[in-house]
Amino acid sequence: MATHEITVTVNGTPHRAEVESRLLLVHFIRDELRLTGTHIGCDTTHCGACTVLLDGEPVKSCTLLAVQADGGSITTVEGLARDGTLHPIQEGFWQEHGLQCGYCTPGMMMTSHALLQRNPQPSEEEIRRAISGNLCRCTGYVNIVKAVQYAAEKMAQPVTTQGL
Amino acid sequence: MIPARFDYEAPATLDEAIGLLQRHGDQAKVLSGGQSLLPLLKLRLSSVGMLVDLGHIPGLSYIEEEGGFLRIGGATRECELERSELIRTRYPLLTDTTLVIADPLVRNRATVGGNLAHADPANDHPATMLALGAEIVARGPKGKRTIPIDQFFRGPFETALEPDEILIEIRIPTPPARSGGSYLKLERKVGDYATVAVAAQVMLDAGGSIQAARIGLTSVAETPVRAEKAEAFLRGKRTAANILAEAGRLAAEAASPTADWKGSVEYKRDMVRVLTTRALAKAIERAGGK
Amino acid sequence: MAPKTSADVCGMGHSMKRKEDPRFLQGQGRYVDDLQLPGMLYMDIVRSPLAHARITAINTEAALKVPGVLAVITGKTLEQFNLHWMPTLMSDTQMVLPTDKVMYQAQEVAAVIATSRYAAADGVEAVDVDYDPLPVVVNPFMALEEDAPVLRTDKKDRKDNRIFHWEVGDREGTATLLAQSDVVVKQRIYIPRIHVASIETCGCVADFDKVQGKLTVYMTTQAPHAVRTVVALVAGHVGLSEEKIRIISPDIGGGFGGKVPVYPGYVIAIAASVVTGKPIKWMEDRMENLQADSFARDYHISAELGARRDGTMTALRIKTVADHGYTDAACNPSKFPAGLFSICTGSYRMQKAFAEVDAAYTNKPPGGIAYRCSFRVTEAVHAIERMTDVLALELGMDPAELRLKNFIPAEKFPYKSILGWEYDSGDYASALQKAMELIDYKALRKEQAEKRARGELMGIGISSFTEVVGAGPSKDFDILGLKMFDSAEIRIHPTGKATARFGTKSQGQGHETTYAQIVAEELGIPAAHVQVEEGDTDTAPYGLGTYASRSTPTAGAAATMAARKIRDKAKKIAAHLLEVSEDDLEWEVGKFFVKGAPQKAKTIQEIAFAAYTNHPQGLEAGLEAVHYYDPPNLTFPFGSYICVVDIDRETGEVKIRRFVAVDDCGNVINPMVVEGQIHGGLTQGMAPALMEEIQYDASGNIRGGSFIDYLVPTAVETPRWETARTVTPSPHHPLGAKGVGESATVGAPPAIANAVVDALAHLGVRHIDIPITPEKVWNLLKEKEAGVVPEFRERRRRPRPVPVGSL
Repeated sequence: MATHEITVTVNGTPHRAEVESRLLLVHFIRDELRLTGTHIGCDTTHCGACTVLLDGEPVKSCTLLAVQADGGSITTVEGLARDGTLHPIQEGFWQEHGLQCGYCTPGMMMTSHALLQRNPQPSEEEIRRAISGNLCRCTGYVNIVKAVQYAAEKMAQPVTTQGL
Repeated sequence: MIPARFDYEAPATLDEAIGLLQRHGDQAKVLSGGQSLLPLLKLRLSSVGMLVDLGHIPGLSYIEEEGGFLRIGGATRECELERSELIRTRYPLLTDTTLVIADPLVRNRATVGGNLAHADPANDHPATMLALGAEIVARGPKGKRTIPIDQFFRGPFETALEPDEILIEIRIPTPPARSGGSYLKLERKVGDYATVAVAAQVMLDAGGSIQAARIGLTSVAETPVRAEKAEAFLRGKRTAANILAEAGRLAAEAASPTADWKGSVEYKRDMVRVLTTRALAKAIERAGGK
Repeated sequence: MAPKTSADVCGMGHSMKRKEDPRFLQGQGRYVDDLQLPGMLYMDIVRSPLAHARITAINTEAALKVPGVLAVITGKTLEQFNLHWMPTLMSDTQMVLPTDKVMYQAQEVAAVIATSRYAAADGVEAVDVDYDPLPVVVNPFMALEEDAPVLRTDKKDRKDNRIFHWEVGDREGTATLLAQSDVVVKQRIYIPRIHVASIETCGCVADFDKVQGKLTVYMTTQAPHAVRTVVALVAGHVGLSEEKIRIISPDIGGGFGGKVPVYPGYVIAIAASVVTGKPIKWMEDRMENLQADSFARDYHISAELGARRDGTMTALRIKTVADHGYTDAACNPSKFPAGLFSICTGSYRMQKAFAEVDAAYTNKPPGGIAYRCSFRVTEAVHAIERMTDVLALELGMDPAELRLKNFIPAEKFPYKSILGWEYDSGDYASALQKAMELIDYKALRKEQAEKRARGELMGIGISSFTEVVGAGPSKDFDILGLKMFDSAEIRIHPTGKATARFGTKSQGQGHETTYAQIVAEELGIPAAHVQVEEGDTDTAPYGLGTYASRSTPTAGAAATMAARKIRDKAKKIAAHLLEVSEDDLEWEVGKFFVKGAPQKAKTIQEIAFAAYTNHPQGLEAGLEAVHYYDPPNLTFPFGSYICVVDIDRETGEVKIRRFVAVDDCGNVINPMVVEGQIHGGLTQGMAPALMEEIQYDASGNIRGGSFIDYLVPTAVETPRWETARTVTPSPHHPLGAKGVGESATVGAPPAIANAVVDALAHLGVRHIDIPITPEKVWNLLKEKEAGVVPEFRERRRRPRPVPVGSL
């Protein structure tokens, strides 16, 4: 079939839509759902500006069809903060000046967030390898590493408020 | 970056998937991880009439040892290979390989079966599977069949799979004790395809000499290549530096790379020599040798 | 230097967390592609696969049948409105859409308007264009030969492909002094084409309101006002009038100079919107961006540096062939066709110098100015810093020692260079010495000697650069006649908060924070209470935009001057409130107080309130000022970088082990922001040094036209940069600040190139062109092993033939 009905949960909210088979997930998120925090930066699956979490794993949403996400659960940058409170990852990027133009930032944060879920105390080398699918032209990565380290430390402290 | 129109199905069983492949013939393509196919569709370098998504078929993703073999389900994602303690400790050649495929995000979707079935001469798993002496299990309308890896790769983007067959499993004979492997890839940056890459798997005898070696080369020809002369040379030899150097030289002769922006023919051949020597040394070290 | 203001006020010197971040962190940035307007249509572009060809037919029938496709615009369509050609920012001409021939691969040929992105893409595939290939010229040397085919056949009186010949300095004097010098080293240096590749590509949403006759264009532009004026001039005849044109530059995902030019896509979208009365969105994809948008560099340099036997530099002579692509769209200030290349004497006392640049048309996309180059300063600095090391090698002198010997001494500033610049301030020796100390230079040289004895390759490279930024004084600087002042308009509200608007446009440089800090510094209003706005030509004062590191030198100064004007008026109001004369008042950050009676004071907030509720008679109400700042000179940031590399002898791979960057940008507004600029600039300096390159084969096919082969570094290739600072304020800038955005892209490539050559120098290597790929190093090592010592020889730059048909 050339169109399909899909149900995708995005940031906790289920969405039903009829989409073309060829609709890229990133276009579904940006153009249909109007969640424009996820960005497009290339056409060869290199830059990672489109990174979202699909069932908890960071993936490049430009190299996925919306139909492939049917029944799945997506988290975008808009789903990081809770009730107006920034996620430690967002806090880390702010504190450590881990962003300049902000365009690669949502993708960077989704990847970093997923890293910390899996590896709460990553080394600098592990951080750099984890974000090697996300390109940045502004920051030179130094402060992005620091931002992730900041978040790791914050999340290691006993907290009263919930992270993600 | 927008694909042309195509139809799409997400069958619930393997039989349904095979039925779709039969029905749509050369208009059908299998969608596994999609990290090679979708980029081609987005650039309209490839087209498809019916995309058959294996993503909802259960039982195609597993990593287990059984009956003297490591069995990997065709839809197993690269990231699962990466995280598998079993693979890291007992098949480190596979861990080496998966870690240099594309980037971590792509690896969260890309599948081992897809990497093999797509058969881009620059893909990494093919050479490694050659070095491991793997077998491919395919399922078609007539049932299952096993294809030895040496017969699997036919040409660039061409395998022994029939159009209505799906790669469902990779079987790797569990290497005996005193075995080790290593994959070394020369790439210009993370996420690049190999300039060249070498997979080496060795087995040492009780005395520490090389009982057997298998060497697979990536990006040096239209298919992955086994450096057979180098393998033959190594048999029975001690693991001295000059031996490994000679093996490197012989492996370089087995390579027929094309010149492109990644390097001239001479440079690529010489890199096969260098990487082979280094991969062998690492494999021997992992095998417990010197 | 400790900040003068408290953390609450947060003036200069504070590492204030950025005010713009909250929206970016929460995915609420507003980039051009985020916009959706009611009734919006989508535009996609048909591009030429050939580098030079006559268009014999454009068949649109099939495209018009594609569901959702509404129209196909061609050159013929635009010709009716005389919009098929338009001026470039260098007063050359460029095609919007061709009516006769295409002149570079990926050139715009037609545009499809459709109801959706996907339909537009389908439409583009369905447009069928017939081409008659023409001879392709990709080698600029060949383009400049007598018998070369004339490319710009649209210019009736054109007899060749030479765009311009530019020269500066004393030709005869330099020749004589070189001839008299004890030592002259000569080297060919090619700086290849590269591309900014900001993560956001270029695009716009053009929205023409037929009823009001008003055009609004949301555009990825670094210079919205200049664009508005250009559109008014170019399209005035179709009814667009400047007061009814609004350019909005919203959030921009990186500019680096690549978003300065007015691309054909913008103009076609504007035309389409005017004709349809609907909003038209055009957003290019990455391959279009790399293949058609403004490139950077592509300078073929031949340099000679003379010196006395004791290492004192005497004279510098440079001859350059510049490959501009098919038109001159370089965006330099108009009197500087080769940009600020005459900074090429660098940080050194040169007695004589002469530089000439011959620019050629070729069948390639136009551009030249982009990628954080400060108008060709990257090229100039690469040349002088490479030549300094070539000289050091020739003399057998340590390259640090050679530099220290020749630096313009700190006490000689302001320094008039032999090529006419007045360097405002500098202390080069301190910066270099600091870098040497931080990296422990002596220990490194010792380590290198030990490693060399063992056959290991390790190199140390230095770059001591002088930048020239902040264009520029009106007597010399203009773009298309528009003088290069910049502006700030500050308004203080009754409750003591402020709104400040500027003629510049940040693409990530943090202006919403740094400009607020300037206002805080000058007026004592907390930076958190200063709302900074840029980019909307309906509200922002006229400015020339942000590129070439000019914002702090020009608009930052304008903000200071405007704030001081406000302070002058505030004093009058304070005097009125305190019932004293102005002479009895003193200013302390945030308040005026009576001399000798500090408890009698009025805060700026109280004064602001009074400006609207109790202003002195005879004085206007309100508290605001606007200032158009005409800088008296450029500013000269500088620095010394030291890079340590280890080279894998067998593979040729170069690994940067350490990189210390000591930068001096005068007084610093926000140290955290400055450091971030350096990190980013170093990464964009390393990239062309080691991996980035765009090439063309003899048929004009691009190599490096996608991220598959255009290699942008990831966090794995990028080292952990080490940064430090010296502070030598600019004497003429009201804040003593200089600007810093591009220093690192300027200084880093030669540091890296010098390090690699240094690692191989003992084998007889004295130069290597960037990008320094592993294969290049491997080739050099092979040559050395074979005993071949390549002498300097005149060599044509013929492109290497590569197989066509790859991605």
